[in-house]
Amino acid sequence: MSHETDTRDPGDLGPGFMDAAEVTVREGITRYVMGFVLASALTAASFYVLSTSLIWGPGIPVALVVLAIAQMGVHLVFFLHITTAPDNTNNVLALAFGVLIVALLIAGSLWIMDNLNQNMMSMPQMMQMQR
Amino acid sequence: MSASDTPFERAGDPYLVGRTRDWVSTGAGRGYVHATGHGEGGPASKRVIVGYGFWIFLLSDIVMFSAFFAAHAVLQTATAGGPSGRELFNWWSIVAQTAFLLVSSFTCGLSAVATEARHHLWTQVALLVTGLFGLAFLVLEGRDFANMVMQGAGPDRSAFLSSLFAVVGLHGLHVSAGLLWLGTMMAQVFVKGFRPDILLALFTVVYLIGLGR
Repeated sequence: MSHETDTRDPGDLGPGFMDAAEVTVREGITRYVMGFVLASALTAASFYVLSTSLIWGPGIPVALVVLAIAQMGVHLVFFLHITTAPDNTNNVLALAFGVLIVALLIAGSLWIMDNLNQNMMSMPQMMQMQR
Repeated sequence: MSASDTPFERAGDPYLVGRTRDWVSTGAGRGYVHATGHGEGGPASKRVIVGYGFWIFLLSDIVMFSAFFAAHAVLQTATAGGPSGRELFNWWSIVAQTAFLLVSSFTCGLSAVATEARHHLWTQVALLVTGLFGLAFLVLEGRDFANMVMQGAGPDRSAFLSSLFAVVGLHGLHVSAGLLWLGTMMAQVFVKGFRPDILLALFTVVYLIGLGR
């Protein structure tokens, strides 16, 4: 075991450490207001993207996906209180695993189904075969 | 120094990580002296564990939703000659629904703040507002569904519409379950007062949004 002196300040806890000094009501409300403003801005932006001609047509879905991911980030931080604090490590790891599963599921489905779609015989050919 | 000679003078959860600020910075017993002799922190506090369990539940929900989403993404173009999303969606209704969900997750957060402050009235008010916006969302969604079915664009019209009704309907069910949960919570707070394990249940309704569109 190490015997060097630990100079850490016991009050110096990670952000969002669940047992950190009590958050005052004002701070709590400020956090949620910030989250609400950011989330509203992102939502407004995604509706704007849909209705404007500012963005090149095929780029719109990409813009929407980017905004949706940012939206999830805002929700995770401001509403669900996922932080980098030590007692949040388990939550972050679980989230990482969840993201892996979701990515495999969605990307995998799209990939496989698109592949099947491309290799599928066209309708007239199918009729031909059945004759 | 052993943990046993520092009695738990404070009520509450003795296992709470870093419950006291008595940080021992040297030697093998480094850590918080109140940590009941289980390494640095002892078992995680009830609050952390409840939060973790709830988080796992939310993640499992996300995984389930992602399957529905994948199906919808695959079938998005399979309109079978029927109407596509662009022709069907009622723009302002969708804007309103999204806004309602956002506001309800905001007030849900406020109710969590009020709960932390142990303020009964504001907790109930915030929860009530959360519930009302959730309900307004469900009403709008139900109206949209009814309109679509009346236009002949029900779930039986095309694979696209089947998947749309499935994913949006599932989300509606999710919101309804959240409302039931919220009502139960309001009744519990009303009858029993605050209990620490109620706190984290608050986050249920919060999760609704990201998937709202």
